[in-house]
Amino acid sequence: MHPGMMHSAIKPGADGGTGKPAGIQTTKERILMEKTTHDRYVQLENVNMSFVTRKGTFEALRGINLNIREGEFISVIGHSGCGKSTVLNLIAGLLEPSSGLLFCAGREIAGPGPERAVVFQNHSLLPWLTCTENVHLAVERVVGKSENKAQLQARTRAALDLVGLSHAAEKRPNEISGGMKQRVGIARALAMEPKVLLLDEPFGALDALTRAHLQDELMRIMAKSGCTAVMVTHDVDEAVLLSDRIVMMTNGPAASIGEILPVDLPRPRKRLELAEDTGYNHLRSEVLKFLYERHARKAA
Amino acid sequence: MRAVSINQKPMETGMSNQASNENRHGGKSASVHPLAAAASAAPTESPASAEKNRLLPYRQMTATFFQWLLPPMFGILLFIAVWALISYQSEGLPGPIPTWHAAVALFSDPFYNNGPNDMGIGWNILSSLERVGLGFSMAALIGIPLGFIIGRFAFASRMAAPVIGMLRPVSPLAWLPIGLLVFKAADPAAIWVIFISAIWPMIINTAVGVSKVPQDYMNVARVLKLSEWKIATRILFPFVLPYMMTGVRLSIGVAWLVIVAAEMLTGGVGIGFWVWDEWNNLNVEHIIIAIFVVGIVGLLLEQTLTMIARKFSYE
Repeated sequence: MHPGMMHSAIKPGADGGTGKPAGIQTTKERILMEKTTHDRYVQLENVNMSFVTRKGTFEALRGINLNIREGEFISVIGHSGCGKSTVLNLIAGLLEPSSGLLFCAGREIAGPGPERAVVFQNHSLLPWLTCTENVHLAVERVVGKSENKAQLQARTRAALDLVGLSHAAEKRPNEISGGMKQRVGIARALAMEPKVLLLDEPFGALDALTRAHLQDELMRIMAKSGCTAVMVTHDVDEAVLLSDRIVMMTNGPAASIGEILPVDLPRPRKRLELAEDTGYNHLRSEVLKFLYERHARKAA
Repeated sequence: MRAVSINQKPMETGMSNQASNENRHGGKSASVHPLAAAASAAPTESPASAEKNRLLPYRQMTATFFQWLLPPMFGILLFIAVWALISYQSEGLPGPIPTWHAAVALFSDPFYNNGPNDMGIGWNILSSLERVGLGFSMAALIGIPLGFIIGRFAFASRMAAPVIGMLRPVSPLAWLPIGLLVFKAADPAAIWVIFISAIWPMIINTAVGVSKVPQDYMNVARVLKLSEWKIATRILFPFVLPYMMTGVRLSIGVAWLVIVAAEMLTGGVGIGFWVWDEWNNLNVEHIIIAIFVVGIVGLLLEQTLTMIARKFSYE
């Protein structure tokens, strides 16, 4: 991996003092941490979102408050149509909130920015460019002015290496599998060296085996890069396996955050070991209870 | 892109027909369990499959003949028969045989030059093509960028909508007097008519293509903070190219349609004027030849552009 790909920011989990998962912090520790900026790296303050449609105004989100720590992996889970993708698009800057404020690293979010990379649900690769060219497009825009051509190409290669796709670098998206496409999407996002990685149901369109494989890859990559991540998902296992906290959304319209579940499982996490782990299964059933007991979707 | 799909569909079904024929053939002659046949076919070639391979080129040739050459030949023959029948019934309309003789005489010396009113058919075709080429290229140079702007910016689109909506249905020939007035000469006026008739399909198709760019791609552009130039060259242009080529194809068709009428009015050297001249000489064979020539040249123009379009398509 290219050294430039690595982030100097250390994951809170890596330093002993503040690294305990949120669930077992003492109040004092919590207050201390509130004061540091990295505790509120991404901040959503009383965010409301309404869309104007032909049938009138549709209130998608109401009163969303969320603080995301630097280096934290957050999953947003909820039934379809609950506005979880809207939350992500708001953080990405692709949407503007109707009211409320969003901050990233202490600055208000006004439009998309290279520090917040997005992995799109349907990979959104440009079909007329090769994998390399797709990734290069991100690289040359974000760091293009400060580096020469060879360095940019090295970055592109490093990003494709990181997702294990060097062998398919010169292929077009329609020549590779769905899993590989999504990897290129991840490589494109990571090549921008984002501070926050936003993933919109990144593995939703993949088969179960490919999905599991890519989840493991993503855990490895996130541990390496140490960047903050927000992932929208509807997969309970995925949320528990990958996250530090799971944000569970109530049903729309006017959806809000129902509960936030801290996932205090030690890292690195191994899928097979966790399958038998009581802690894991407890967390899993917590999410399931939220989704299917307390906020079951009304029969459509 | 319609012509492309029309060309491709029968080809695909034709191939699947052949495949199923082979299967039937293989099944009959080998008469083994399909699984066993599949297993044995891989390592060693069975005699049956060798025979099949030997027969294959011959079968393919007959299949091609029956599917691809026979029907068009029938169509042309039927057309000539109907034409012969009508010419036999009517006075003055020459039949296929006199027309053929006239054509042989005409094309044996296509590039003679006895002054501007008596030039070979080759010169007439070339000068018509030149006018179409000029008018069409200018229309492309202006229409395609205009289409991009209209498709990209909602304001421009709303601005252009009433003007385009009103001017597009106007018969191209209605513009001829304006051309004559402004340019004070027949030749630029004819080119102007071609320009104005060829520009609409290119503007409209390009604009439609740009407006159909998936929101996902535009979101990618926004997240990557691409410049307007990068958006145009890396996202819009490759996506819009097939739409644009459809517009270009439609435009060249319209331009070639209009040139005959325009030249009839403006005169000079050109296939349209030639038709009118031959009508004044009551040389009906030549008019029929001109109809064929215009048709064949138009077909060639469209086919060439279809080929170019297929080459540029990213799929």
